[in-house]
Amino acid sequence: MKMPAPDAAVLARRAEIVARLREIVPGEGVIDAEAELRAYECDGLNIYRQMPMVVVLPSTTEQVSRVLRYCHDNGIKVVPRGAGTGLSGGALPLSDGVLLGMGKFNRIIEIDYANRCVVAQPGVTNLGITNAVAHAGFYYAPDPSSQIACTIGGNIAENSGGVHCLKYGLTTNNVLGVELVLMNGEIVRLGGKHLDAGGYDLLGVVTGSEGLLGVVTEVTVRILRKPETARAVLLGFPSVAAGGACVAAIIGAGIIPGGMEMMDRPAIHAAEAFVHAGYPLDVESLLIVELDGPQAEVDELIAAVERIARAQGATYARISTSEAERAAFWAGRKAAFPAVGRISPDYVCMDGTIPRKQLPAVLDRIGALADKHGLRVANVFHAGDGNLHPLILFDANNPKEVEAAERLGADILRLCVEVGGVLTGEHGVGVEKRDLMGTMFDETDLAHQERLKCAFDPQGLLNPGKVFPVLHRCAELGRMHVHRGQLPFPDIPRF
Amino acid sequence: MSEVLKPTTAAQLRDIIAWAAAEEASLDVRGRGTRRALGRPMQTSRTLDLSALAGIVSYEPEELVLTARAGTPMAEIDAALRERHQMLAFEPMDTGPLYGIAPDGGTLGGVVACNLSGPRRVKMGAARDHVLGFTGVSGRGESFKAGGKVVKNVTGYDLGKLLTGSFGTLAVMDEITLKVLPAPAKTRTVIVYGLDDATAAAAMADALNSPFEVSGAAHLPAAVARRSGVDYVRRTGEAVTALRVEGTGISVTARCAGLKSLLSARGALEELHTMNSARLWREVRDVAALLPDPGKVLWRLSVPPSDGPKVAAAIAAALDAEFFYDWGGGLVWLATAPAEDSGAGLIRNAVAATGGHATLFRASDSLRAAVPVFQPQQGALADITRRVKDAFDPKRILNPGRMYAGV
Repeated sequence: MKMPAPDAAVLARRAEIVARLREIVPGEGVIDAEAELRAYECDGLNIYRQMPMVVVLPSTTEQVSRVLRYCHDNGIKVVPRGAGTGLSGGALPLSDGVLLGMGKFNRIIEIDYANRCVVAQPGVTNLGITNAVAHAGFYYAPDPSSQIACTIGGNIAENSGGVHCLKYGLTTNNVLGVELVLMNGEIVRLGGKHLDAGGYDLLGVVTGSEGLLGVVTEVTVRILRKPETARAVLLGFPSVAAGGACVAAIIGAGIIPGGMEMMDRPAIHAAEAFVHAGYPLDVESLLIVELDGPQAEVDELIAAVERIARAQGATYARISTSEAERAAFWAGRKAAFPAVGRISPDYVCMDGTIPRKQLPAVLDRIGALADKHGLRVANVFHAGDGNLHPLILFDANNPKEVEAAERLGADILRLCVEVGGVLTGEHGVGVEKRDLMGTMFDETDLAHQERLKCAFDPQGLLNPGKVFPVLHRCAELGRMHVHRGQLPFPDIPRF
Repeated sequence: MSEVLKPTTAAQLRDIIAWAAAEEASLDVRGRGTRRALGRPMQTSRTLDLSALAGIVSYEPEELVLTARAGTPMAEIDAALRERHQMLAFEPMDTGPLYGIAPDGGTLGGVVACNLSGPRRVKMGAARDHVLGFTGVSGRGESFKAGGKVVKNVTGYDLGKLLTGSFGTLAVMDEITLKVLPAPAKTRTVIVYGLDDATAAAAMADALNSPFEVSGAAHLPAAVARRSGVDYVRRTGEAVTALRVEGTGISVTARCAGLKSLLSARGALEELHTMNSARLWREVRDVAALLPDPGKVLWRLSVPPSDGPKVAAAIAAALDAEFFYDWGGGLVWLATAPAEDSGAGLIRNAVAATGGHATLFRASDSLRAAVPVFQPQQGALADITRRVKDAFDPKRILNPGRMYAGV
């Protein structure tokens, strides 16, 4: 993985930089000992590792602002990090960069039921927000599978999803406001407790910007009343195509389930062997469809889903009759990643989204690609929104398999784009998919995105080397190539 | 009247904007011109008419995705969705009647450019939450795209959100891809009579905080309620607080019963069925029927929902103002007499104290030239706005000054 060339002048000043950071963040907030830096060398995408030059752990917005202003004024790169659970390498350190850890920002600031929102510091975990309001019957809707560890600040950086986002949206649809520190140390507030922010939707672009536009120091998120009830149905099909057709038929019938997950045969078997969820082993695809909402509605719709599934050729159907049974249905799906981890020394999770109708063809082709690269793949799938998670199984101790896994992953993502989909549905581009951006966007598309980056960080010091395959100088991007002349389009209607 | 350029192809659109960028010729970007009175008045050398870039490009109900060109009439999109029992869940406002223009005349591009959302915004999000991707031409005269045509995507910056609500000042969208959702089979509205504004806000919060999935929460003070075309809303002469419930038949019946029992202690209740519900929520969405005096200046205030009554009361204490609430109190439509600055300073201060913002939604050209239409920005935020404009439209040719002077 090619990263921006380290700046020798910055590295030569390391001792001075550490000392200056210690003035801004006194006590134990600055880490420069190698053994301690090791904990920060990678995020959830652990096939890429890099030791940071220094780690700083501020605990106030003012410290964040001063750290960023100091780095800005001295041309030092900064990589922000939440809990480091990201799966695309967005928090991969730079050898000449300051790693800015936001873990100390771990307080809930305000719970406001009248306005259905929570104001929190960015280092609060995703689940921590739900836990803070659960006693009153509320929750925070986006639920990435790492929700016990991942932070709300990291969720904003990655625009994280989860199994419920077809019905309840991604992070971006559930954030009302942020306090943001720019690379030059300036502090701005975007949005608030009101429903729509004024001016350009900067909140909308900061969410999912992968730590390239600013550092979030406070968030305001929407909370929702917990649905009255939730029930799930487990459906087995003799083919992937039949399972896919069932998903389309459910949505075609006007039903938007709270969650709709699909697993293929290898994933079903791995999960069942691991957690004994009671999954049928004689099916080619398994659907978990969860309906949530008012009791009367859930009862009505779950019966409708079962009818649709039978009509689509389901050979297995079981409706949860208790909360314990519903939890058991999910246990296998939620354990799918570690379950696959038991049958393979290592795995890497892909994250493309495809138009759902393409599912059978895409899974066939993923199978063929896996054979070509000599690796196995298990597929889990957020079926409702078309977000595919192929898990590529490999052995990280075998360099050839690592290379093959990277190549297979890239082939799978190219396939997603080819059928009308996208590179990433919820994990972000980071370093992992950076060099594939060109399969989805041409140079002009990317230049328009990079110019937005320039509006926030003209020197390109914040998290460089992520998202964009080629780094351009902002001055170069800003130049316009104009061709003067007469209005050159005589055929355009004019009045 | 300036020359009107009306491209019929994406290539023509790009050529026109590239030419305008080279010549630094400013363009008044418009669809069917139904929202020209929204935003600051502009001095432009030409009009860019997008109405010929029209039509639904693709619509796949089972993928929940629709792609249409910016100049497509909303009426055409609504009809196509209705046929498949789907909808734009953000319930776009039809601004026509407010500006004295026939209803249903606007285009998709206009709805997205102005980020217009209706009462369902409290539950389902705004227009910006449903824009999945687009193709278009920036003020640099370059064609580009962002987002995708699938409902879940985090690849690259979400420029669709940036353009939504940018009033055509950054780029001209050509094809827009939207998330669409199933339309509810049944709609009911529970109304509560006779609540004062503060009590109504508390009742709306109770309802929105209940498990009954309320998809609209509005409060009409007595004078406003009396103007409704819905007999049940008008007839007692009292204030009306309205809570909408949508979904499958069995569910709606059960939730209505739950809401009624939740609210019964607040006051007398009534239940509106399909036709009356549709009529009331259209009135709330489009405003004109409820605040009908075209001579009044109209403000749109976005505040934390629980602050709505406080802000409105502070304004009404100093100005002759009429108003009603949507979004559980978080959206206040307020009509004032067009004297002097029409209370802009007072209104903006009251709103700013809550962190929210106010838009001068309807006023004469001269007033909109004299008073900022959008909440003024300061400091670093104003700097970013200017730099974003620089990034997309460095020559200031697209709707220059429509949002802020110099942007």
